[in-house]
Amino acid sequence: MNARSFIPGPTTRLAIHARRVGAALVVALLAGCAAAPSNNPKDPFESFNRSVFRFNDGVDTAVLRPAATAYRQALPSLVRTGIGNFFGNLGDVWNFANSVLQLRLQASAENFMRLNVNTIFGLGGLLDIATEAGIERHNEDFGQTLGRWGVPSGPYLVLPLLGPSTVRDASVLPIDRAGDPLTYVDGGLARGSLMVLRVVDTRSNFLRASQLLDDAALDKYSFTRDAHLQRRANDVYDGNPPENGE
Amino acid sequence: MNPSLHRRGFHRLALASVLLVGAVVAGIRPAHAADEAPDALVKRLSTDVLETIKADKSIKAGDVQKIMVLVDSKIMPNVNFQRMTASAVGPAWRQATPEQKSRLQEEFKTLLVRSYAGALDQVSDQSVTVRPFRGGPDDKEVLIRTEVRGQGDPVQLDYRLEKTPGDGAGWKVYNINVLGVWLVDTYRSQFAEEISGKGLDGLIAALAARNKTNGSRR
Repeated sequence: MNARSFIPGPTTRLAIHARRVGAALVVALLAGCAAAPSNNPKDPFESFNRSVFRFNDGVDTAVLRPAATAYRQALPSLVRTGIGNFFGNLGDVWNFANSVLQLRLQASAENFMRLNVNTIFGLGGLLDIATEAGIERHNEDFGQTLGRWGVPSGPYLVLPLLGPSTVRDASVLPIDRAGDPLTYVDGGLARGSLMVLRVVDTRSNFLRASQLLDDAALDKYSFTRDAHLQRRANDVYDGNPPENGE
Repeated sequence: MNPSLHRRGFHRLALASVLLVGAVVAGIRPAHAADEAPDALVKRLSTDVLETIKADKSIKAGDVQKIMVLVDSKIMPNVNFQRMTASAVGPAWRQATPEQKSRLQEEFKTLLVRSYAGALDQVSDQSVTVRPFRGGPDDKEVLIRTEVRGQGDPVQLDYRLEKTPGDGAGWKVYNINVLGVWLVDTYRSQFAEEISGKGLDGLIAALAARNKTNGSRR
């Protein structure tokens, strides 16, 4: 608004009102930030996120880590590899769809090849023949697809049970869910068991990584946050993010 | 020509050739070190370290003292660890006393070595591929990208190196990227939190306490 349009018309009044509301929001956000332990511009919801993080950590310690440890001890590594390969192959469906949506030709071709080779020659995905043949997996999801086309990640967000995310990635979770073949498994019990098995299998692959995190971090929360945000940016740019890092 | 003169001549020739060889050797070695390209350095160093780990059972088992020797002898000469620590500590580094600076470097190094020591038993048949280097010949700071291949998906491992001033000093690593995450950057806000709460000495104390718990568990 410039100085000449000073007489308040209906639109201007609306604009003034909007600006007041905006100012109030900014003040509220700033107040929220001041209450948080530190004000990281990427993490305006830090105090909320920290409490969800604590909750998730509690669930992990009480349920998930013991389950994953037991799983690792109970099943021989050959079986676990087969299970991991099977879920990985299912995941390649959505990896392929998103590499197409991102117009990444090589990644699309490789994900497509993987899916075919492993499903047909790898006994429905139990064997990962494609990786051994040098066809690499390109992990892509819908949040990355949006990132590829310029949608910023928005603030950091820790989701209950699902863990580190961002506003952009969390808002497209229903779409990622629709791209997950397990969603279409008939029968609630079968679907539920497969989903639990996948979670436990995934967690069992990160037992060492989480031990390393326990050792290496002074503050697990901000270590996880800073690593997650960097890694997502790296994934969106397929390993070539714009200059960052000192 | 009398015999003594002849002998003198021979001596002079021998002396000259020793000097010449010495000069050539002395001249070549620093020139060679300065000439090693950063990607060649990363390739040589990571292969060397990987082979050392593979060959040594106690390193693979996480023997911190032996790992520390490996780090100090092979890795640290090629790392500007002061720059890594300074960058993780942030603006407060400029206010640190020399004593605080050396304590910070020592504790940070111990933290990194102790944390990663437990992961070394994963080393089996991995090899390192250096991806094509895309820097100019006059660059003072470069990014070298590598991939560690073994079983499963390849692991992205990138390095930032700086050219140290002076001839023969070569390149030094000042940041490492594992799977898309820069090591130094990931410590920056954690360090800032400690410093804003309890100052530089608080950060040193927190690092030392963490190192103590990590050390007692193994």
